[in-house]
Amino acid sequence: MPKRDHAGPPSELDVSRRGFLKGAGAALSSGIVAGAEALEAANRAAAKIIGPGKTPVTLKINGVNKALNIEPRVTLLDALRDELELTGAKRVCDRSSCGACTVIVSGKSVYACSMLAIEAQGKNIETVEGLSVAGKLHPLQQAFVDNDAQQCGYCTPGFVMACKAFLDKNPNPTIEQVRKGLGGNLCRCGTYVGVAEAVLQTAGKKGGRANA
Amino acid sequence: MSPTETKQEYQVIGKRPVRHDGVDKVTGRAVYGADVQLPGMLYGKVLRSPHAHARIKSIRTDKAMSLEGVKAVVTAADLPDPEGRTANLGELGDVPLRNLTRNVLASGKVLYQGHAIAAVAATNPHLAEEALDLIEVEYEVLPPVMDVLEAMKKDAPLLHEDLCTMELGKKSDHHSNIASHQTFRRGDVKAGFASADHILEHEYRSATVHQGYIEPHAATAVWSADGQVTLWCTTQGAFSMRAMVHQILGIPVSKLKVIPTEIGGGFGGKIPSYGEPVAALLARKSRRPVKVVMDRTEVFMGTGPTSASYVKLKMGVTRDGRIVAAEAMLAFEGGAYPGAIVGAGGLCLLAPYNIENLVIDMYDVVVNKPKTAAYRAPGAPNAEHATEALIDEFCELLKMDPLEFRLKNASKEGDVQANDVRFPRIGCIETIEAARASDHYRSKLNGPNRGRGVAAGYWMNAGLTSSVMARLNADGTVTLNEGSTDIGGSRTSIAMQLAESFGIRAEDVSPSVVDTDSVGYTEVTGGSRVTFATGYAAYEAGQALRRQVVEQAAKLWKVEPERVLFEGGVLRDLDDAAKKIGLPELAETLAHRGVDIGARITVTPQKVGGVFGVHIADVEVDPGTGKVTILRYTVVQDVGKAIHPSYVEGQMQGGAVQGIGWALNEEYVYNQEGKMLNASFLDYRMPTSLDLPMIETIIVEVPNPGHPYGVRGVGEVPIVPPLATVANAIAHAVSVRLYEVPMSPPRVVKAMLAKK
Repeated sequence: MPKRDHAGPPSELDVSRRGFLKGAGAALSSGIVAGAEALEAANRAAAKIIGPGKTPVTLKINGVNKALNIEPRVTLLDALRDELELTGAKRVCDRSSCGACTVIVSGKSVYACSMLAIEAQGKNIETVEGLSVAGKLHPLQQAFVDNDAQQCGYCTPGFVMACKAFLDKNPNPTIEQVRKGLGGNLCRCGTYVGVAEAVLQTAGKKGGRANA
Repeated sequence: MSPTETKQEYQVIGKRPVRHDGVDKVTGRAVYGADVQLPGMLYGKVLRSPHAHARIKSIRTDKAMSLEGVKAVVTAADLPDPEGRTANLGELGDVPLRNLTRNVLASGKVLYQGHAIAAVAATNPHLAEEALDLIEVEYEVLPPVMDVLEAMKKDAPLLHEDLCTMELGKKSDHHSNIASHQTFRRGDVKAGFASADHILEHEYRSATVHQGYIEPHAATAVWSADGQVTLWCTTQGAFSMRAMVHQILGIPVSKLKVIPTEIGGGFGGKIPSYGEPVAALLARKSRRPVKVVMDRTEVFMGTGPTSASYVKLKMGVTRDGRIVAAEAMLAFEGGAYPGAIVGAGGLCLLAPYNIENLVIDMYDVVVNKPKTAAYRAPGAPNAEHATEALIDEFCELLKMDPLEFRLKNASKEGDVQANDVRFPRIGCIETIEAARASDHYRSKLNGPNRGRGVAAGYWMNAGLTSSVMARLNADGTVTLNEGSTDIGGSRTSIAMQLAESFGIRAEDVSPSVVDTDSVGYTEVTGGSRVTFATGYAAYEAGQALRRQVVEQAAKLWKVEPERVLFEGGVLRDLDDAAKKIGLPELAETLAHRGVDIGARITVTPQKVGGVFGVHIADVEVDPGTGKVTILRYTVVQDVGKAIHPSYVEGQMQGGAVQGIGWALNEEYVYNQEGKMLNASFLDYRMPTSLDLPMIETIIVEVPNPGHPYGVRGVGEVPIVPPLATVANAIAHAVSVRLYEVPMSPPRVVKAMLAKK
C-alpha cells in the first residue's frame, strides 16, 4: 500500500479499494435521487477527472456561498457536518433510508448522505440552520415545538426540512397526504402523531394543537 | 404531603408547558454525540469480527500504524488485565469485569459477528477506515450457536469454556451455555391443574430485535498529560458510564469526567459502554482528542439488541373463566455474555392476573450474537406475549369477552406476585374498565379479513438514586441541574415538579442535564424511573427552596417564619398586610446581600408504582400477501399522575409503535454461519408514518401513594401489549394463530396456507 500524499498531484494509485467503493456507492445512489442531471454530471466528470485528492468546491448554503477544499468522495452531509460545522442534519443510516439528513436542494428534499458535495455546486441548498430568520422560528419549527413533535429530537431537523419541502408543494394537505408525504423519515420515538399535527397546524388546519 | 385519590388542584402539574429544549432541537442547535468537535481531534474507527465464533490466533497492526495520518492503533492488549476482578454495575449488581472488558475489545475469541477487535485513530474518518483494512487478524473459525434452544443442548459448542450454570442461586460445576436458572414458585401447581376445566399449552418464539435508536453511539475523549480523562458521550447514564470506564481502564473515578451530550434515543440500548473506553485509549496513545462514531451497520452488529426468546406456557382455567394454575419455561438469549433480563420477564409474565398456583422457570443462555442490552420493559414483551395470546384462546373456547375474562382475574392491591411480594395500590382493574368503556372497544368492526385484538401488559418500573441541584437566581428564576439524561422530555417534567413544589411557573425553571462533576450520583435513565425518582428529588428541592425564601423574608421583616406565606409568586406577612414582597425582588435583595438560596438533593425513593396497560387493535390481513395493516389502535394505560400529559401520550404512542414494529416486521435475519443479512434500516424494517394509524391514547390516573404527586413510570409498559394485541387481532381476522413474532408477511402466508 503506497503512502497517501494529499498535497501531491492525484494519481490512480491513490484510490484505495474502500475509498473507491464508498465513492462509487454514493455516486450511484445520488444518481437515483437526482436522476438525469446527475448522469449528465457524471458524463462530464468522465471527460474531466476530478480527484481523488482535494478539489475546490463552492456551495451556496442558506443563501451564502461557502468555499471548500474537499475530496470529491465527500458527501454533501459530511461537507455540512465536518467542514462547515452545520451539524443540524444528522448522519444516521448513511444509505438513504431514514431521512435524518434531509436538506432542501433546489426546492426538493434530498438525503444529504446520498449526494456528493461536488454535485450540489451551483444549487440552492437550504438546511435547518437557515430556517429561522433573525432569531424568530419558522412557523413550522414553532408548530413542532407547540405539538411536541419530538421526543429525543434527533430526527427532528430532518423531519422539519422534509415537512417544509412537503408543505411548499402541498400547502393544503389532508392527513392521509401528510402520512404518505412523511414516509421517508424515521422517528424511533414514534412521534408521528405530533409531526402530523405540526404539519396540519402550519397549513392552518384543525388538528394542530394551536388550532384546536 | 401525600396524594389522595380525590382530584388535587395543581398550578403546574397536568398542564402542557412548552418544553425547555424544544427550540434547540427544531433549529438543529442541540449538540448530540457526533456533533462534538474539538481542536486537533482525530477520528476513531473500530475493526470488527467477520465471524460469529472464532479463536483469534494473531493480530498484526504495524501496517495500519505506518499509514500516513494514522496516529494510534489499539487492541485488547492495551486494556488492563481484568482476570478474576468483579465490576459493580449498581442496579445490575456485580458482573465479572472480564465480560465488560472483552465486549469492548475481544481477546482470545470473538463471540459474534461485529465483535470489536481493534481500533484506529486517524486525521480523517476515511483514512481511519482504510487503516482498518491493513490490520491483519488470523482466525480459527469455530462453529457458532445461534439459537437459545440449540445452545442449551448438552453437545452445543461452548462460547465460554469456563462458564458454569448458576443453578437456583448456587454455582454448579456444570459447563454449559446456560448462565443461570432461576425459579418462581407459588401454591400447588399440580392441584391447580387438577381443578381446571380447560388446559392449554403453547410454545412462543420471538426473534432478536434492536432498540433502533436513530442516533448511532458516539464518544469523544480527551486524555490530558496530567492523567485527567474527559469523555463526551451519548449515554443513558453518565454515572454508570463513568463507573464502567473507570473499571475497564483501571483509572480512578476522580480522574474521569463524563459529560453527557443530548441523546438521540436509547430505549435501554445506551446503557452499556462500547466506544467510550476505546476513544479514551486512542486519545491516550495519540495524545490528541479522539471521536469514535459508529455507523448503522456497527450499531446493528456491535451493540445490544434485545433477547430472542422461547416461552412455553401452560394454563388451567375453570369453565367460568378463572385461571387456577400456570406453568412456564422462559429461555432468553443473553447474547455473547450472560445477562439476559429474563427475571423481569418471569416476574411480569402473569402479573396482571391473580393466580394462586404457578411455577416459572427462567434461563439466561449465551449464544453467538451481540451481548444483549435492555430494551424498553426488558423481558416483558417476550414473556407477556405468551400469556396474552393464550388467554385469547381460552376466551374463544369459553366464548367470553376478553376484557371481562381479564377483569375476572385482574390483580389488585394486596395480591401476591410471583416473587411473593404483595402489590401496593395498582390500577389494573381501572385500566381494563377504561378499555372496556372506550369508544374504540364499543365500536363495530366490519369487513372481510378484519379482526380486533386486545391484550394487557404489566411493567414493574424502577426507583433508584437520583440527584438534583437547584439554585435561586437573582431574578427569581431557578437553575436546575440534574443527573438524568433526558431522552423524551424529562427535563421539563422534572422542572414542572420543582415549579409546583416551590410555587413558581415551569417557564421560570431552567433545567440542564450536567456532567458527573456537577451533580450528585444519579442512576441511569431507565426503568421508567426519571419522572418518578428525579422528579421526587425536584419536589424535595422545591420544598427546600420554599422553606429558605420564607425564612429569609421572615428575617427581613423580623417576624416568625410561621407568619410568612408564599403564594402566587409573592411572600406576605399574614399578620401585616403592608409587608409583602415579590419573589424576584426578594431574590435580588438576597443576591445583593450574598445570601445563597439553593438545595442539593439526593433521593432513593422505595415505593415504586408498577403500571398496567391495555391495547386494542383493529387489523386487516391481505390474504394474498400476508401483509397486516393496522386500521385503528388505542393505548389505555394507568400512569399514576400525568405530569405533562403530552409527554405521557407521546410515551404511550412511542411504545406502541415500537411494539407494533416488533410484532409485524423487526428481526435479525442470520445465515447458517451466523452472519446477519439485514443490518440496515432498509432491510430491518422499523415502522414509518405510512405503516401506522394515528394512535389513540386514554390516560387512566390511579396515583402512586409512594410519590408526592402520585407519579408512576409510564415509558416502558406501552411496548408490552402490542405483540399479543396484534396476534389476537390477526387470529380474529383470518382464524389463524401465529406463535412466533414477527408476524411478517411470509409467516402469515405460511400459517394461512398450513391451515388450508
